[in-house]
Amino acid sequence: MANTLFDKIWDRHVVQNVPDGPTQLYIDRLYCHEVTSPQAFAGMRARGLKCFRPDHIYCMPDHNTPTHDQDKPIEDPVSKTQVDTLSRNAADFGLAHFGMMHPKNGIIHVVGPERGLSLPGMTIVCGDSHTSTHGAMGAVAFGIGTSEVEMVMASQCILQQKPKSMRISVNGTLGKGVTAKDVALYIMSRMTTSGATGYFVEYAGPVVKSLMMEGRLTLCNLSIEMGARGGFIAPDEVTFEYIKGREYAPKGEEWEKALAYWKTLQSGEDAVFDKEVTFDAADIEPMVTYGTNPGMGMGISRCIPALDTVPVAGQASYRKSLDYMGFEPGQCLLGTPVDYVFCGSCTNGRIEDFRAFASIVKGRRKAADVICWLVPGSWMVAEQIKAEGLDKVFEEAGFELRQPGCSACLAMNDDKIPGGKLAVSTSNRNFEGRQGPGARTVLASPLVAAAAAVTGMITDPRTLL
Amino acid sequence: MKQKFDIITSTCVPLPLENVDTDQIIPARFLKATTKEEKFFGENLFRDWRYHADGTLNKEFVLNDPTYKGEILVAGKNFGSGSSREHAAWAIAGYGFRVVISSFFADIHKNNELNNFVLPVVVSEDFLAELFASIKTDPAMQVEVDVPNQTVTNKATGRSERFEINGYKKYCLMNALDDIDFLLENKGKIEAWEERNSSF
Repeated sequence: MANTLFDKIWDRHVVQNVPDGPTQLYIDRLYCHEVTSPQAFAGMRARGLKCFRPDHIYCMPDHNTPTHDQDKPIEDPVSKTQVDTLSRNAADFGLAHFGMMHPKNGIIHVVGPERGLSLPGMTIVCGDSHTSTHGAMGAVAFGIGTSEVEMVMASQCILQQKPKSMRISVNGTLGKGVTAKDVALYIMSRMTTSGATGYFVEYAGPVVKSLMMEGRLTLCNLSIEMGARGGFIAPDEVTFEYIKGREYAPKGEEWEKALAYWKTLQSGEDAVFDKEVTFDAADIEPMVTYGTNPGMGMGISRCIPALDTVPVAGQASYRKSLDYMGFEPGQCLLGTPVDYVFCGSCTNGRIEDFRAFASIVKGRRKAADVICWLVPGSWMVAEQIKAEGLDKVFEEAGFELRQPGCSACLAMNDDKIPGGKLAVSTSNRNFEGRQGPGARTVLASPLVAAAAAVTGMITDPRTLL
Repeated sequence: MKQKFDIITSTCVPLPLENVDTDQIIPARFLKATTKEEKFFGENLFRDWRYHADGTLNKEFVLNDPTYKGEILVAGKNFGSGSSREHAAWAIAGYGFRVVISSFFADIHKNNELNNFVLPVVVSEDFLAELFASIKTDPAMQVEVDVPNQTVTNKATGRSERFEINGYKKYCLMNALDDIDFLLENKGKIEAWEERNSSF
């Protein structure tokens, strides 16, 4: 009896279970960006295939897009070729394409939900591990490789082993200055980067339900960082209110019909999960990472764990990680000088994130020595920032707003953190070299990032609220 | 590239680090290619560990140590975490590895390896620790990976373990078939599903 929400959505999309093999799963939505799709399109051409269901596929460049002068040709010829290739492929295969400077362009995981393309009950994939973001809409969404992108183009299906189910509940009420990002970083620090591998996670409990859609998207976005295949939140009034009226959302009679179905998308009260984990909001404070994977995080007032707290097999990796960061076991990071601050990405590039950032910098000045990049997740977010007058707040505090894209999250465009420099970043990964060769990344919430931007050092944002 | 799997016997390249993420396997700046040239990706496998920032060879990194070579990469727990980039699997294949042995793989990367005819072999932590020790003692020691029988053997100690792979994927690997070949044969079932679910 399928009684978890994951089972309900998964089972509905089963085309067939291959004997002694994977499940053939129907996919409602495929998103393509420029980095992980060209070889899939090339494969389609080599096999002489057309896309099986072109109207289920949406394409947009985001990884390579510069965050300034987007109306001019991209300077890096290799980036330009990749972006142009997506445009040509979308045209050749008859797919929707929101190119650079298109009003609907932005980071694919920001655009999908905000345009009403990602809806409850859907199966959603993209050649990008942060596809789990769309799970916040009450969808089963997960990242795939390029071969799998090609499978979906060719057949609108994918072959997958059904993951196990896990429910992570967060009880209580979040304290002042504690955000969805901190909840996610805290969960990862407890689960480790592989603690949810093999599982699909349902987030539940009062804290999760209290989050606005933006916060839910942040939480689900980071599911992959603890290894989960994906993560989602059962849709509720917050979800429905967010979707209603969005461009691609159902309208009129279709809306009523969809809503009636979406309201059934809940795990049963007697649902049995393969694993249940519960956390308490009282244990969560603003978080920072100190190492080179997102699971190496701690409360901002804490000290870096000693080497002997790490299992022996992991000690070499732990030491390598701290050496790379230039940190020592036992060190507290408060007061550590910061060179760069990045607010943006599919994790924290939404309107609520810029409101949070503005709430700290309003009436203050950017620290003179800090270079700060504020990068909206999409043109829609950029417009909303202006509509709410946040751009003026940023300008008065000495900050400049850039144009949308993935930017310094993975530094495929010009926004690279120079080697050795320390960045406080609202993005999702602090891997070695992630933000540029030799760059050192501290992951944190927009509030912690803003506090670093105005003080020039790692600072507890609660002291500035 | 599509190639048939049977029994692979080879020396190993040891990488006893945990949580090796796909950003290390192939850094993002090498993802701008629009073609799948395995040679290019193979040359840049572990680029930032193989070379110093000034472009000189890092002689301490295992791929630059002539003592270790072979078709089998042996890595610490949670190999391939992070980004879904299939370029990581292309780099591993392009370098010449056909098998990666670890005690734990990240899900997406594991699928990507399989889809590129690189076999991820999951062994117990014990087996892995012993294998690292065997390689350290004798870099010329060999491991046998028997796909038909689903066994992996440390030939230095004789210890053997069974590894899991579903019957469908095993058939694909042994016959050099990929998933798209299979899916294209099932169009009728896909259309039937769409018919059943047309109201949503």
